Amino acid sequence: MAKPKLALYWASSCGGCEIAVLDTELKVLEIADFFDIVFWPCATDFKYDDVRAMKDGEITLTLFNGAIRNSENYELAKLLRQKSVVLCAFGSCAADGCIPGLANFTTAEEILRYVYEDSPSTVNPEKIRPQTEYAVPEGVLSIPHFWNTVRNLSQVVDVDYIMPGCPPQPDQIKLVVDAVIDILKNGKPLPPKGTVLGADERACCDECPRKKDVKTIKKFVRPHEIIPDPEICLLEQGILCMGPATRGGCGAKCVNAGVPCRGCYGPPANVRDQGAKMASAIAGVLDADDPSEIDAIIAGIPDMMGTFYRFSLPHSTLRRKQVRA
Amino acid sequence: MSFEPRLVGFLCNWCSYTGADLAGTARMKYPPNMRVIRVMCSGRVDPNFILEALAHGADGVLVLGCHPGDCHYAEGNYKCRKRLPITKRLVEGMGIEPQRVRLEWVSASEASRFSEVVTEFTEQIRVLGPLKLEDWTFDRAAADAQLEHN
Ligand code: FES
Repeated sequence: MAKPKLALYWASSCGGCEIAVLDTELKVLEIADFFDIVFWPCATDFKYDDVRAMKDGEITLTLFNGAIRNSENYELAKLLRQKSVVLCAFGSCAADGCIPGLANFTTAEEILRYVYEDSPSTVNPEKIRPQTEYAVPEGVLSIPHFWNTVRNLSQVVDVDYIMPGCPPQPDQIKLVVDAVIDILKNGKPLPPKGTVLGADERACCDECPRKKDVKTIKKFVRPHEIIPDPEICLLEQGILCMGPATRGGCGAKCVNAGVPCRGCYGPPANVRDQGAKMASAIAGVLDADDPSEIDAIIAGIPDMMGTFYRFSLPHSTLRRKQVRA
Repeated sequence: MSFEPRLVGFLCNWCSYTGADLAGTARMKYPPNMRVIRVMCSGRVDPNFILEALAHGADGVLVLGCHPGDCHYAEGNYKCRKRLPITKRLVEGMGIEPQRVRLEWVSASEASRFSEVVTEFTEQIRVLGPLKLEDWTFDRAAADAQLEHN
């Protein structure tokens, strides 16, 4: 029997998801043994044209990491969707937009102006900017179009499954790989479309071992300002921990190491907007009734927007900041 | 054509919705711009309800609940009172005027206060103008056109 075909792609991402796949240690050999890896720019030398030459649905499974921030990302998302039976948004960028998605707090024009004109290390008196097309005697050279708004994968193509995490934790990848192999080998049914793989339904707090008592917060502190108690809930100690608004499944690695949850698994099941959920959670623990006192405590949240939406701005309810000229 | 604000109002069942009802039966006048959604308590208003309303076409969102001390569930409006300021900061952080979101207390007998609040809020949003969300929807045709050229 021909081996099922597997593709892995990175769009707008840091490469950490690729490392997470390699971090599955010996499992990666099992993957290479069971599947025919037909496309994996990070690790193999197949070209886009090899994918274009495939029949529709020829690839059994594509693990797509990275956000969609330019026309090349979009082109490959469309192409891999067309060629794959199952397309999985792999990692926080593809699932929710993640760190590249923080660009939605600004505009393409502001980014280009800073990078090509205003940054202290730039010398560009003619203010030359990259052009998407440039004619040379040999023909026209082109580079991808840089988008104003970063999208997650499901906003541009149909997605079958989502595996969150920045990156998805290797032990979760192992479990998912085992499940996939089991399904393909034994003809088992696929989980329903839209299933979130390799993560819990409930919030990170659920698997956090710290002691939780009554939370009342008068003031937020940054982690370097106090020596946190190693046993007690970080939020109770005034450290902004995204646990209440974040999907569990990572094993609560950060909080176990004394670092507040950053929110990389995205919102838990049935939560639409991670920032709104966090707003709700924070409001529930504020120890104040007087409106000005409430305002003062909230004003003490360091970089509220960047923290609440660090991993999910493109996939949030409002998707981007409205920047008016 | 002149701009008519499109508003969403979340009214708690026990005070504010009854107050609105009274304004209606008393034939009080107020602008027809607000679509009312009845919730059991102002404490039921999840911040995301407000964001969803703004994302899907509302120019402003008004949350009305019982006066402090009067909530049918004792403390739902206290929860709301803490949530609203932080929700407004979210809205502001998204580049939207925080004045588009407002919380007021209206009791079951305050029909005239209800009509005043709605009138005043409608006028405030009329001055702010329509909320236009730039680049919120994904323009597939434009994205596909970029691929043609490349
Ligand atoms: S019932 Fe009116 S605010 Fe709670």
